[in-house]
Amino acid sequence: MAILLDKNSRVIVQGFTGQIGTFHANDMIKYGTNVVGGVTPGKGGSTHLDRPVFNTVKDAVREVGANASIIFVPAPYAADSIMEAADAGIRYCVAITDGIPAQDMIRVKRYMRRYKEANRMRLTGPNCAGSISPGKCMMGIMPGHIYMEGDVGIVGRSGTLGYEAASQMKALGIGVSTSIGIGGDPINGSSFKDIIESFEQDPETKMMVIIGEIGGPQEVEAAKFVKENCKKPVVAYIAGLTAPKGRRMGHAGAIISAYGESAAEKVEVLRECGVHVSPTPADIGKTVAEVRKKYGI
Amino acid sequence: MEIHEYQAKEILSGFGVTTLPGGLAYSPEQAVYRAKEIGGEVWVVKAQIHSGARGKAGGIKVCKSDDEIWEAADELLGKRLITHQTGPAGKVVHRLYIEAGCAIDREIYLAFVLDRAAERVSVVASAEGGMEIEEIARVRPQSIVRCAIEPAVGMQEFQAREMAFALKLPPSMVSQAVTTFMGCYRAFRDLDATMVEINPLVVTKDNRLIALDAKMSFDDNALFRHPNIAELRDKSQEDPREMQAADRGLSYVGLDGNIGCMINGAGLAMASMDMIKLAGGEPANFLDIGGGANPERVAKAFRLVLSDQKVEAMLVNIFAGINRCDWVAEGIIQALQKIEMKVPLVVRLSGTNVEAGRKMIKESGLPIIGAETLAEAAEKAVAAWKKHTGRA
Repeated sequence: MAILLDKNSRVIVQGFTGQIGTFHANDMIKYGTNVVGGVTPGKGGSTHLDRPVFNTVKDAVREVGANASIIFVPAPYAADSIMEAADAGIRYCVAITDGIPAQDMIRVKRYMRRYKEANRMRLTGPNCAGSISPGKCMMGIMPGHIYMEGDVGIVGRSGTLGYEAASQMKALGIGVSTSIGIGGDPINGSSFKDIIESFEQDPETKMMVIIGEIGGPQEVEAAKFVKENCKKPVVAYIAGLTAPKGRRMGHAGAIISAYGESAAEKVEVLRECGVHVSPTPADIGKTVAEVRKKYGI
Repeated sequence: MEIHEYQAKEILSGFGVTTLPGGLAYSPEQAVYRAKEIGGEVWVVKAQIHSGARGKAGGIKVCKSDDEIWEAADELLGKRLITHQTGPAGKVVHRLYIEAGCAIDREIYLAFVLDRAAERVSVVASAEGGMEIEEIARVRPQSIVRCAIEPAVGMQEFQAREMAFALKLPPSMVSQAVTTFMGCYRAFRDLDATMVEINPLVVTKDNRLIALDAKMSFDDNALFRHPNIAELRDKSQEDPREMQAADRGLSYVGLDGNIGCMINGAGLAMASMDMIKLAGGEPANFLDIGGGANPERVAKAFRLVLSDQKVEAMLVNIFAGINRCDWVAEGIIQALQKIEMKVPLVVRLSGTNVEAGRKMIKESGLPIIGAETLAEAAEKAVAAWKKHTGRA
């Protein structure tokens, strides 16, 4: 099973023929992702990496049955590309692009609500490392080999910190069902809660790991959701213990601007909601192992 | 990106928000001259720095004569103002805004913000102005009025009217309020702001609605489509090291500790800083070298960290996905050939081409302390710092 992406994902790359799109499309193909083509307006009809290039996402959906898309389009045009994918009937979209204006993302989110929930595209990112269901499908820029196949669902804002968690788990022989990067931007396609909701329903996922950080309300929202709705155990780590208030720590969204947005405050709420919080980023794997033992997973 | 009060007022008045007559001054003589131009009997000399709470820090002075203006300007120019928003380093005043005084009846708080929970632009207002919003939320939470704006159609006049009545403005002033609110919203939307704050928005004794202060911040990601806003940037208000980093595609934030950090990825950078703290040290900086960093960029980042005189030990932590450990190793070796390393250095490499990277560092013969895991790296960095400085 896994969530959002698996063996049945027929992936197109938006921004296929650019340098970055080409590099990562190659990596995804090598990993075994079913990349069925790409979109670069004006280059339709040609082939790239032995796959067809289309002018529009609609063409790709019609000609090769694309149902998933990964976006490497530059920031000024990325929001437009996401909306094009949503309108063409793509089911799952990963936006890798960093630097999309926040008001563009507000428009994207509003636009996606035009479609009934059953037909609405799922979007993760932007400003993320992508998603992977190990052994099945990789839509992202991560080193695929650090993820072992398994039953832990990971959802996180940060790319490299997610790698750190996955490799700590692999070292302990613990694998991943799906790992989703929701990205470091203030307005993003899916929240922690959205992804946890999917993991809770996925029979292959037995437990979850949340890797959050300072800034924004999403970790607290997720904690409350876990408390009220999740039977599966949840482990979490929140980065940014040493981050001062009002300073942006790299990610556009990593800034403590209101009460409840610091790492300490988020950890407190997560604990109150029954989430197992890893005390340090070096103990994420260990905490997962302890929780598995406790719950007999 | 942040701008000064006088710049925000100039922008907002272009969108129909009423402000008082005022002018910019770079010297006491100019301040007195501006006051003459403005006319009247009372003026306010306002220090222009990128921070709120300037009044409490002594940055705003009410003056009633030329002599008072001259003295206030002379005192403020070149002075370092410290507020809770500037941090202990404070910010230096290079510009003054001289503004006409007015007779205030009452003060209102008004802000347009990027509401992350609602994923919309929201208005937050309170009839209890003059305080900061955090304080209002604590002391008079029931006075706060909110309104979320539907992104597809933008702010509607009825919403502005509802706000005006909720703020208990008299019916005769509602149309002024609607003009003000709608103007702020249009400025926010058209210019990709992340915040427009008017605190206070005052009702004068002669029933005018005036923006007495104004603060605007802009979305850095959208500056490419607003060159006229990008021009308003005042580099004297920014940390020189952070600016230098940004120009080189690096993300750097200076902090108060003494263990320098160079890491790839914002999340891993924050996590590594947390590990330093938990191991008993304090990070000197946040530094994300980003994805796909080549040896030159790594070398630049390395020199940037060491240019901070506070740094007494350094930690490099790289989990290479798109990055390559061998490139990072090459960058470190390149940097160390040009600068004398006076503090201990701990390097942890992991991920793509890790074996090649570790081998290069080992064979370089440089005095680098290696580490394999995140925990080991932080512990070794703190231990090396303690040994180097003799602190326990």
